[in-house]
Amino acid sequence: MKLLTGNNLTEGYVIWWTGDGWSRHVEEAIDVDDKAEQLAQTEAAACRVNNPYVVEAEPGPNGPVPLHIKERIRATGPTVRPDLLLQPADKSAGSYVI
Amino acid sequence: MYRYDQYDQAIVDARVEEFRDQVARRIAGEMTDDQFKPLRLKNGLYLQLHAYMLRVAIPYGTVNSRQLRVLAHIARTYDRGYGHFTTRQNIQFNWIKLEDTPDILAELAKVEMHAIQTSGESIRNISADQFAGAAADEVCDPRPWAELIRQFTTFHPEFSYLPRKFKIGLTASDNDRAAIKLHDVGLQVLRGSDGEFGFRVYVGGGMGRTPFVAHLIRDYLPAASICSYLEAILRVWNRNGRRDNIHKQRIKILVHDLGAEEFTRQVEEEFAAIQPLGDDIPLAEYERIAAYFVPPPFEQDLSDALDLSDPRFAAWVERNVHAHKQPGYAITTISLKPIGGIPGDVSADQIDLLADLAEQYSFDELRPTHAQNVVLPHVRKADLYAIWQQLEAAGLATANLDLISEMIVCPGLDYCSLANARSIPVAQKIAERFADPARQLDVGELKLKISGCINACGHHHVGHIGILGVDRKGTENFQLLLGGSGAEDATLAKIVGPGFTEDGVVDAVERAVEKYREIRQPGERFLDTYRRVGVEPFKEAIYV
Repeated sequence: MKLLTGNNLTEGYVIWWTGDGWSRHVEEAIDVDDKAEQLAQTEAAACRVNNPYVVEAEPGPNGPVPLHIKERIRATGPTVRPDLLLQPADKSAGSYVI
Repeated sequence: MYRYDQYDQAIVDARVEEFRDQVARRIAGEMTDDQFKPLRLKNGLYLQLHAYMLRVAIPYGTVNSRQLRVLAHIARTYDRGYGHFTTRQNIQFNWIKLEDTPDILAELAKVEMHAIQTSGESIRNISADQFAGAAADEVCDPRPWAELIRQFTTFHPEFSYLPRKFKIGLTASDNDRAAIKLHDVGLQVLRGSDGEFGFRVYVGGGMGRTPFVAHLIRDYLPAASICSYLEAILRVWNRNGRRDNIHKQRIKILVHDLGAEEFTRQVEEEFAAIQPLGDDIPLAEYERIAAYFVPPPFEQDLSDALDLSDPRFAAWVERNVHAHKQPGYAITTISLKPIGGIPGDVSADQIDLLADLAEQYSFDELRPTHAQNVVLPHVRKADLYAIWQQLEAAGLATANLDLISEMIVCPGLDYCSLANARSIPVAQKIAERFADPARQLDVGELKLKISGCINACGHHHVGHIGILGVDRKGTENFQLLLGGSGAEDATLAKIVGPGFTEDGVVDAVERAVEKYREIRQPGERFLDTYRRVGVEPFKEAIYV
């Protein structure tokens, strides 16, 4: 599956396309399939996202899981600062990233 | 240290207001990301993996307590309670909101700070010897020259809209603590046979994906001509440098393609044309600037005696304290590499403590280093124990300078949008593996440097041991390099062989170190042994 992602305008936080907007939680992302390019153009032109692009993912028990480690780190936060993860001190973050 | 005049302040204040307007237009949707990106980069604002990152300039690595307290305030108020010292002696904040940026820049401007030229294709922060003005081995304090060059090049047309970024490093000592030969231009201040100051000029060094040690193109340039000579170098680059391929646009590529001899010939030809025009800054301006860098009022006739009866204090003095040119004083390096910590990171509270220590004990100066540590440059030896006690209480008294756990490490894939692999976890595992102080001391000086991608922000090319993180089909892989040096004997490290997993590279480092311990001769550092025996014995040990 393909996910559309980028960083939001005001904080630069990582965001994922949910079908009717953007979420910080990759679990809420939908498969954008062949609509990605048009969506990316529309959302970037409307200044709702920085640098949108498509990533490969696979279904997981709680929602989509990006295939590349970089995208999994984007989805969770810096692995060296558990207190700064999107879900602080999430004990499953390590196994999710690696 | 240098203080802004009305022109400096007006420039910085105007830039803040200009950027405030640009940010408002971006937030209002009047500018696309493509339109806004070059504007934010001119003000040090990056978009990193998780958020915007603001890199604040610390010119030639000199900062005072008032400025430090504002940096702590920014960390606490606008970020998530910490900052990160970089390998260009700057500090960066990882969680900045776009809408807060103009206010942050305004707060910085009030204490004569800014984020101009910390990103983009510009003359980046000029770095300098962190022991400037304190080291016994320097011919003069090089920082007035750095400030003069900063003023000359900032917003100068020849130094704007460059093919790529441009880095200048400066020292006034034969012992190169500023890695000048790994800069686009490296300058060493010398005293000529006539007793006057001049520069030895190196060009075309750098790391990144195509590393080079700089070429010496002028053995002695009268100091008064430094600005026109730099302009000549930039003219040759602007005229001949490539702009069609981002990976080929640094000046090092031009020097390599033309050859150092032809590059030098062209620079000298330009210099001969420019220098008579009288563009060089008058000596009186240098003297005006130099007046800000006069030695502080050192106390005379102080004792050099130290009570080293506390063994932990003694160990810290042995590693982290260096000789000062003034009797009774010492240079103190505070390691920002605690075992298991994040190299270069400091909390807001720690920044406040550094401000207090600088103000109380070091004539109000602190020096971030390119190795991501900080230096109190002018400390009375009699105050060392009190300083150490305060550092110890704040987790800043790690006695590991130049040992294997004191690594240069880029932010890597935990923060950086360019990175391919995480560097910090590797550093933490190596530091923990060698955490025993006795073991580290037995190994001795060993400069280990880690980058999370080929852009080499972690200086892996010049590590005695270097580690480069790469992406191998979506997973992290780590290459091991040996034999580099960023010092006066600058050398590029060589890749040993196939890469490793994260845990594998930690084991490989340990095997290389144990091989060194087995075959070293008396007095040899790791690098000396490597240079004597070559890579093969290490390779055999690493790939068992």
